[in-house]
Amino acid sequence: MHIELEKRAAMSPAFSILSPLLALALTLVFGAIMFAMLGKDPVAAMSAIFVEPLLETWSLHELAIKAAPLILMGVGLAVCYRSNNWNIGAEGQFTIGAITGSYLPIVFYDWHSPLVLPLMLLLGALGGALFAAIPAMLKAHFNTNEILTSLMLVYIAQLFLDWLIRGAWRDPKGFNFPVSRDFAPEAVLPAIWEESGRAHWAFIFAIVAAGLTWFMMRYTLKGFEITVLGQSERAGRFAGFSSKKMIWFGFLFSGALAGLAGICEVSGSINHLQPAISPGYGFTAIIVAFLGRLNPLGIVASGLVLGLTYLGGEAAQLSIGVSDKVTRVFQGLLLFFVLSCDTLIYYKIRITWTRMRGGVA
Amino acid sequence: MKKLTFALAASAAAVLGFSSAASAADKTKVCYVYVGSHTDGGYSQAHDLGRQQVQKEFADKVETSYLENVPEGPDAERAIERLARSGCSLIFSTSFGFMDATVKVAAKFPKVKFEHATGYKSGPNLGTYNSRFYEGRYILGQIAAKTSKNHGAAYIASFPIPEVVMGINSFEQGARSIDPSFKLKVIWVNTWFDPGKEADAAKAMVDQGVDVITQHTDTTAPMQVAEQRNIHAFGQASDMIAAGPHAQLTAIVDTWGNYYVKRVKALLDGSWKAEQTWDGLKEGVLTMAPYTNMPDDVKKMAEETEAKIKSGELHPFTGPINKQDGTPWLKAGEKAEDGALLGMNFYIEGVDDKLPK
Repeated sequence: MHIELEKRAAMSPAFSILSPLLALALTLVFGAIMFAMLGKDPVAAMSAIFVEPLLETWSLHELAIKAAPLILMGVGLAVCYRSNNWNIGAEGQFTIGAITGSYLPIVFYDWHSPLVLPLMLLLGALGGALFAAIPAMLKAHFNTNEILTSLMLVYIAQLFLDWLIRGAWRDPKGFNFPVSRDFAPEAVLPAIWEESGRAHWAFIFAIVAAGLTWFMMRYTLKGFEITVLGQSERAGRFAGFSSKKMIWFGFLFSGALAGLAGICEVSGSINHLQPAISPGYGFTAIIVAFLGRLNPLGIVASGLVLGLTYLGGEAAQLSIGVSDKVTRVFQGLLLFFVLSCDTLIYYKIRITWTRMRGGVA
Repeated sequence: MKKLTFALAASAAAVLGFSSAASAADKTKVCYVYVGSHTDGGYSQAHDLGRQQVQKEFADKVETSYLENVPEGPDAERAIERLARSGCSLIFSTSFGFMDATVKVAAKFPKVKFEHATGYKSGPNLGTYNSRFYEGRYILGQIAAKTSKNHGAAYIASFPIPEVVMGINSFEQGARSIDPSFKLKVIWVNTWFDPGKEADAAKAMVDQGVDVITQHTDTTAPMQVAEQRNIHAFGQASDMIAAGPHAQLTAIVDTWGNYYVKRVKALLDGSWKAEQTWDGLKEGVLTMAPYTNMPDDVKKMAEETEAKIKSGELHPFTGPINKQDGTPWLKAGEKAEDGALLGMNFYIEGVDDKLPK
C-alpha cells in the first residue's frame, strides 16, 4: 500500500471550508492528548487558551493591541508576496518606522501641536518604506536575492535603534539607562475607548488597511497587475506590466505598513523608544500572512487567532500552571495543522493497494 | 474562512469549558514575572528559587505563581496586569526592562503591592530592590588576578547599562588591587539570554589567549566553553558548578529567598511599605558559591575579602581610582556614593574596551 498526493485540477471548494475545521479538530485532539499526558485537565486548558481571554473586556483590548501590528504588517506582506517579491525584513522596517516616527517627539519635544501625531504617523510610514526601498533597489537593479538583503537589514535596523537609544536619543533624566524621554501627551496615539482598556487606534488602522487592501486586490487594475505579475512574470510583461515597478511597489507598500505599525506600537503602547520594541512582530506577521492565505480579510482573522493563542498561553500559565513552553508547542500544533490541512485544497490523497510481489510458499 | 475558524474555536471551547471553575483563593497570592525561563540555570531561576522558598516558608498562608519568558515592552504590561487582576496581593517584577510596565500597572491598581528589581522608579505601592552584585564581582576580580597567567581576563557583558558597567569596574578594581597591570577585555553580546551568542563570545576570547572569563549574562554556555577549553570561569546568578566542575572558581549567587520571605512576612502582618532596598553580601541576598579549583592561599584571600566586605571594612570602590583616561574619579580614601554607582557610565583605569555610547 502506498499513499500519494495527487494534484487537483482546480482547488477543492469543499476542502477550502473543511480544511480549517479539520485543522482545528486535530489541534484540539492532539492538544488535549498533550495536556492529558502532562497531567492537566485538557478541558480546563482549552478553555484557558481559547475562551478565558475573550470573556473580559480588558483582555479583548489586549487582544486588539497584540493583533494590530500583526495585521498591519501581514496585510502589507501579503501584497508583496502575491507579487512574488519576498520581503522578510518587516521587523527591520517596523523598527525604522518607529525611529523616524519618534523623531518629532524626541528631538522636538518642546513642540506641542495637534499636528505632531499625524506627522509622526506619516514619518513612520515613510521611514519604513524608505528602508524597504533598499532591498527593492538592490533587487530591481542588481538582481540580488531580496530574501537575504531584507533579512540582513533587520539586524542593521535593530542595532541602529540600539545605538540611538544609548547615544543621541537617551533620556537625559534617565540615569544613563537606555530609554528615550517619554512622549508628550499629544504624541501618544489615543485609546479607542479609554474607560474600558488600553487598546489604541493602531487596531482601527489595521482594520482599515485590511479593508482597503482587500478592495484594491479585488476591484482595481493594480490588484490585477499584482496577481498577474506574481503568477507569471512573462504573462504580465505581455500585458504591459513592469516587473521592476512591481518590485518597488511591493516593497514600498509592505515597508510603509510595517513602519506605520512600528510608530503606532511605540506611540500607543510603549510611549517612548527603548532597545527592545518588538517581540518579533515582523516575523510573526509572515506566519499571519500565510495563515490568512495572503487574503487581507483572512489576515484580520489569522492575526486575531494568533494574538489569542499568545494571550491564552499566558492565561494558561497562571490558571492551570503549565510552562510557557507547553503553550508554544500548542501554538506550533495549531500552525502545523492549519498549514498542512491546506494541502488538501490543492491535492487529494490517493491510496493505492498493490499486491505484494512473490507468493507465500 | 479564518473568521469561521475563530468563531468555531471560541464556541467549541466554550462548550468544553463549563468545568473550569475558579479555584478557592483564601490564601494570599504572591506573584512573580520572569524575563527568562524559570529553569534557565541563571538569573530567572535564582528568582524562582526565592519564590519556592517563600512557598515553603508560608505553605499554609501563601500561594505563589509566576509568568515566565515575558518580553520587555507592552507584553510585560499585559502580563503584570493579568497578575494584578488574578488576585495577586504582591507582585515581584524581576527584570530591569519591566520598570515602566510595572509603574503603569501599579498606578492602575493602587491596592495591589509591587516590587521591581534593579530599577529606579518607585511609587506609593511600588518598591524597588536590588543586590550589590558588585561586591561579589570585586572578589572575582581578585581571584582572576591571582589565577590568570597573562594578567588579564575577559568579561562577557550583556548591555551597557549602569548595572553592568558597575560590575565591570568592580571586577577590574578587585583585580588591580592584586595586580596593577591587569587588563580586562569586554565583549558585548547584547542579550541577557542567548546560549549560542554567549558561547561564541567565550570561544572568541579563549582563541585570543584569555585564560579567565567572567560573565554578566544568564546562561551556563560560557562556563561550558571554559570547561571544554580547560580555562577558568566564574558563575553568574546561580552556582554553575555542574556546567564547569573543573572550570568554576566560584560564582556570585543571587539568593533572593531571604529578601522575599522578609517582604512577604511584612505583607502578611500589614507592615509592608514601598521601600528602596539595596542589600548585598552582608544581608545575604548575594552569596559566594564555594571557592573551588584554586590554591589554598587564593581561597584564603577570597574568604578574607568576603569577610571584610561583609563587616563594612572594605568598600570595593574606595579611592584612589582613576577613570579610564587617567583623570581622577575618587580621591584616596574616598568611597563612591550609591547614586554615582547606580548611574555609572564610564570605565575605570585598566578596562581594555571602549564603552558603547
